[in-house]
Amino acid sequence: MAPRKGSLVLVDAERVKRWGALAVVEVRVMTYLKYLPALLSVAIANPFLYLLAVGVGVGKLINTHSGGVDGVKYLTFLAPALLATAAIQNAMDETVFPTLEGFKWHKNFFAMNATPISGKQIVNGVLVAAMSRVLFSVTVYGIIVYLFGGFTSARGWLSILTSLAAGASFGAFIMGIAAWAKNDDSFFMILGRFVMMPLFLFSGTFYQLSTMPIYLRWIGWLSPLWHTTELGRFLTYGHHITALMFVVHIGYIAAMFTFGITFSHRQFERRLTK
Amino acid sequence: MANQEILIEAKALVKRYGDFTAVNGIDFQVRKGESFGFLGPNGAGKSTTMRIIAATLTRTSGDISILGKDPEKFGPEIKAHLGVVPQTDNLDNALTVEENLYIYGRYFGLSKKFIKPKIEELLDFAQLVEKRDVKVEALSGGMKRRLTIARALVSEPEILMLDEPTTGLDPQARHILWDRLFRLKEQGVTLLITTHYMDEAEQLCDRLMVMDKGSIMAEDSPAGLIKSYSTKEVLEVRFGSDRNAVVAPQLKEMCERIEVLPDRILLYAEDGESLLHELGQKGLHPLTSLVRRSSLEDVFLRLTGRTLID
Repeated sequence: MAPRKGSLVLVDAERVKRWGALAVVEVRVMTYLKYLPALLSVAIANPFLYLLAVGVGVGKLINTHSGGVDGVKYLTFLAPALLATAAIQNAMDETVFPTLEGFKWHKNFFAMNATPISGKQIVNGVLVAAMSRVLFSVTVYGIIVYLFGGFTSARGWLSILTSLAAGASFGAFIMGIAAWAKNDDSFFMILGRFVMMPLFLFSGTFYQLSTMPIYLRWIGWLSPLWHTTELGRFLTYGHHITALMFVVHIGYIAAMFTFGITFSHRQFERRLTK
Repeated sequence: MANQEILIEAKALVKRYGDFTAVNGIDFQVRKGESFGFLGPNGAGKSTTMRIIAATLTRTSGDISILGKDPEKFGPEIKAHLGVVPQTDNLDNALTVEENLYIYGRYFGLSKKFIKPKIEELLDFAQLVEKRDVKVEALSGGMKRRLTIARALVSEPEILMLDEPTTGLDPQARHILWDRLFRLKEQGVTLLITTHYMDEAEQLCDRLMVMDKGSIMAEDSPAGLIKSYSTKEVLEVRFGSDRNAVVAPQLKEMCERIEVLPDRILLYAEDGESLLHELGQKGLHPLTSLVRRSSLEDVFLRLTGRTLID
């Protein structure tokens, strides 16, 4: 047994205060790697099946009858929205599940917080790790869209950037909600049925939001999916948006991210010291 | 020990949750290298006090310093030198035994170069060498507990805090754990233990603080507490549940103190065998009898009028 040095010599609290979130990223990535085959299968199978059904099937119908949407073929119109949707779904999986696990199921956030790691660092670490999975998934999605001929130019790849923004803003916010939720069973039910589904259906994903009746458009206005999809369509094929709306979209996403991360920091700190 | 540096000092420490007072103005000091125990039943305020020390719970009033620092202002700086073993194991179930030790070292900012040989040492300490690649969920309760303790030692903490370390373990697993904690004590690690097991407190603690309903009832070494609050021996007698209460007044005159419990009567005396003989001479023949040495359970009974595990 090596002679004992003691934590006064070994541990530098200032260093942990600066870099502690990276240890949280490390444990999350270690966990992902345990499930790599499953993650890879989902990352490939999901977009493949989706594009086959909606992109090709429905797309052919629309392209044949109306020559596409917004001046481009349907899959090109759809791609930024699908990538953003995948980003939001992945961000939700990798922020909500670890949060419920960390606070309720296995309580490993309390183990982390018994070390110099703070609640804020746990939030930052979980979110950064979640974004690494989002990047992985939307890149795979992008490659499959490309193979299906959904990108009409190299600009198509820019939809990866806008989908990352969607994932980050949604993940930062929903993590705080998951930390705040007391009953995790009804939480999933509410999240799935009353948040994710309406977001997906009413955010201009399959058609432009302007074609919706005015009383339903507010769902899209609140949704990070609509804002990032609009930006994605603008960047990838030149969908028309005014300068003001360009600023509104970026501002909304930035505001949601800033509010979300601040809210999550507070919720984590509160729950860890309750 | 009295000349040793004070690592933890609390003065008039209070923690309230609404109208409920969990910790009610307690004062205590813990010195370097000491094994200090909080003894009391569930709800006595032991775990709350531990969480305040561990910088994971804010106090309502009073002062506390750990390693000379206020936990509310210097949480990470204090936590850097604590090893915390919570009441319920909170290991990372997705990871293996070895990975749990590794990542905990990373939470303290330790280098991979340091952690690698440390893992070998801790696996050996926790008798988990053969389980290193096993996922945590497949371990027995005793193994998980040993891993949780080993994990808390990865940073070589100045203070090791153990909240009910052997609750739920079988006798063999408890003795293995006690042996491991003795070794740490020999290395000069300061131990802070909460327990409601009197044998554990007697085995592990140099000094004990008996708590009940958030207050300190007494504080001394286990032997000192027994000497102050009990007799050398205890005679336990059973006359049958109907007769215990009937004979109690008669027994009261024959010994220093008496406690009538639902199933038995405890008679406190310096010489239990002589007292039992005396009972026989007076025509009092219990159904069963047992002479034993006084324990912390008797101290607690004297101080609170209740047993530790009600």
